[in-house]
Amino acid sequence: MHDMSPSDIQGDYQETTLKYFDGNQRKVLVTDIETPYPEGKLIVSRTDTKGNITHCNRSFIDMSGYEESEIIGQPHALLRHPDMPAAAFEDLWKTVQAGDKWHGYVKNLRKDGGYYWVYATVIPNIRKGQVIGYTSVRRKPSRQKVEEAITTYANMN
Amino acid sequence: MPYQFTVSPDFGPNQLAGWHIFNTWLQRQLDTDIHFETYDSFEAQRQAIDEDNVDIIYANPYDASFLVREKGFVAAATPQKPDETTIAVLVDSPVQEIEALTPGSKIAQTNDPDISMMGMLMLEPANLNAGNTTAIHQDSYIQVAKALIQGKADIGFFLSEAFDELSSLVKSQLRPLVSSDIQIVSHALLIGPKLADRKEELTNKLTSMDADPQDKSLLQSLGFEKWAPMDEDEMEFMIDLIEALAA
Repeated sequence: MHDMSPSDIQGDYQETTLKYFDGNQRKVLVTDIETPYPEGKLIVSRTDTKGNITHCNRSFIDMSGYEESEIIGQPHALLRHPDMPAAAFEDLWKTVQAGDKWHGYVKNLRKDGGYYWVYATVIPNIRKGQVIGYTSVRRKPSRQKVEEAITTYANMN
Repeated sequence: MPYQFTVSPDFGPNQLAGWHIFNTWLQRQLDTDIHFETYDSFEAQRQAIDEDNVDIIYANPYDASFLVREKGFVAAATPQKPDETTIAVLVDSPVQEIEALTPGSKIAQTNDPDISMMGMLMLEPANLNAGNTTAIHQDSYIQVAKALIQGKADIGFFLSEAFDELSSLVKSQLRPLVSSDIQIVSHALLIGPKLADRKEELTNKLTSMDADPQDKSLLQSLGFEKWAPMDEDEMEFMIDLIEALAA
């Protein structure tokens, strides 16, 4: 993944370096601007077993701020916001790799440095007994639950 | 013994005649006897499926999951008309947004599993769930509208298409609060194991229906313009999506 570019950022930003499980790192630029979750929409994406995005719907593109061509083939961690604790994603991967469904509140990072909160569900795509990838569906979260998640995640970081 | 064809009970009342004609079309195309059976409820239809009394079904996405994964059905085609959900209130209700709804809300709804699921998902931002709301089950979307108008319910769940088809008199008394925009979940025509070897033939005939003016008119009477092929991969991912949403 490329570092984020200041030319893409809307508003004042802070720079942070995110370190991923695979040892890679990325410079991300974050602002305090929240994009409200659109009413009635579902954000849907699919990844391969390594977490690289293979499909995404229009709502995913609109909310992420990226073009589809910038998303397909990229790791899902493209959307990772530095306020999200690594332990949350560790739990996600452990759960889905065990063949189970994962739910959680997630703060996602946009291309423009802003963010949006979602209630995410991730399930393994199982065909003939084999996991061939993962489907993630995000929906509008309760504000109360988001506030609780903010507190929880702040204590985990 | 004729094959059995049925349609998800969420079709509009003005589509029944169209489905009868579609069954005649199916029999002609497949050159076999097919009996068209309708069920008053989703439960009665589910029981018929359980007892292997269904061979061809125009299924809603929720039931498609069960039919494909548990009963070995395959998709012959989809109308590619997305199933969307509308939550409505009385036109003069003080509620202007989902977040203004409070625990104890009474929800008029049919037994349509897709719409009930999506409706409940859209109430989550207000921290509402099955445990702090009351479901008031109705037999049809007209009855859901009546329950709202008569003050028996605070909100109603509708298949968006059914809401749009309410009479202008009824609709003028209601106000949509939110409508889903999922786009990728739709009904599908599924065939069971006994007809599996005719899938390709049926898909070809279905997807060319719109080329014939009379057949196209029949499709329009069913509420859509054409059939599109739906491969196994597309169906499996739609089912994954439904299963991800079903908590």
